[in-house]
Amino acid sequence: MNFRGELESLAEQLHRDPYQKLPVAPVLYLRPRNTWSANGAAIYLPSETKQLKMAGTIGILIGRVNQIAGYVAVNDVSIPHASYYRPAIRQRCRDGFCVIGSDRVDRQPREIRISINGELRCHARIADLIRPADRLIADISEFMTLQPGDIVLAGEPPDAPLAQAGDRVRVEVDGLPAIENEVVPEIAPK
Amino acid sequence: MKSARVAYAGAIHHATEQNGCLRLTDGRVVSEDAVVWLPPIQAGTIFALGLNYADHAKELAFKGPDEPLVFLKGAQSLCGHLGTTRRPRDVTYMHYECELAVVIGKTARRVSKANAYEYVAGYTVANDYAIRDYLENYYRPNFRVKSRDFATPLGPWLVDSAEVPDPMNLPLRTLVNGKVTQEGNTRDMIFDIPALTAYLSEFMTLSPGDIILTGTPKGLADVRVGDEVVTEIEGIGSLKNTIIGDAQENTHVG
Repeated sequence: MNFRGELESLAEQLHRDPYQKLPVAPVLYLRPRNTWSANGAAIYLPSETKQLKMAGTIGILIGRVNQIAGYVAVNDVSIPHASYYRPAIRQRCRDGFCVIGSDRVDRQPREIRISINGELRCHARIADLIRPADRLIADISEFMTLQPGDIVLAGEPPDAPLAQAGDRVRVEVDGLPAIENEVVPEIAPK
Repeated sequence: MKSARVAYAGAIHHATEQNGCLRLTDGRVVSEDAVVWLPPIQAGTIFALGLNYADHAKELAFKGPDEPLVFLKGAQSLCGHLGTTRRPRDVTYMHYECELAVVIGKTARRVSKANAYEYVAGYTVANDYAIRDYLENYYRPNFRVKSRDFATPLGPWLVDSAEVPDPMNLPLRTLVNGKVTQEGNTRDMIFDIPALTAYLSEFMTLSPGDIILTGTPKGLADVRVGDEVVTEIEGIGSLKNTIIGDAQENTHVG
């Protein structure tokens, strides 16, 4: 919820139950180590869903404690879900659901483009972040120290597209090589 | 076997329990008060459970959840036995939570309840402090409540699973300044250890060093600066922590 547009479109709903008011602190979730993946790796589509949300975004890389060292491209994948009330562990913590580009850039990128099978589906501007990178780091490090090598994902673009089995998903962040991954049906357990 | 991680004489050591003392891997035996206790393992992913004891769920006026209410914590939230945890000056309610912590010992994916204990390396004690003032209804309980620096004491020991024949029948309690404020038994968990291991590993891979904090029974109370909080579980350990305020935290150099 860190891009302008999403919060505005949800505002009326967010004043009602179960939320009751707009968020005060950054709305955070954690990408555990089993979710980390790389450019080119398959994104496995769980059998319980037909589509996955492809939230291409920028990762803010921490160098010295609580300080920004650069930026990386990330595809923050999740099973689409409407509720923000409880932590979306089942929807977000699947193996390989956080694709992290291996290159970094020092200068803050300006835009994110998400394409599916070569067609541009989402174009987000970093200028539309509600909390820009430095503010995000300040607000988080007020209660959680950010360690060297940590990555803070800046937020899901409001129009992040859905992809299905067989789709090739490309996330481009200016100044960085694109990351591209294919959605593949999960191998059924024996 | 009980094992610990400690700082001693300028280095970090792995140690095992020996007649009430710590035996370092190089053979030195040192007393428990000669070391700085660190969390007993280097944590991978840290899972925690909300509302996992029927009595506590009722206390908070919720009905028991249909599926485990799982949230994650950052590894920077841990601190060791005899550590300190900060209560920010502006808060009105900070409570402890005594919890059995399950440490995963081998890679687990789609584990059945029947086989779940094969994937457990051991157990330790956690105190999953929360600052209620910061609760928001977004991914609740949110990180500002539950993933604060050094606000999850863990330890003192990692106790091998072989030494804990029935982890689902352990009395646990909390003492604040020596007075018992919370009592329960792990048998009252809504989702037990096999159920939690099966639930999580059904949709994600668990790895050695991952930790599951299994939730807390009823009996929560506000703790204040200077309070000494002991969370203990029979056969697992007694974990002590002291609440500090902003002023003390900021003057430790002087």
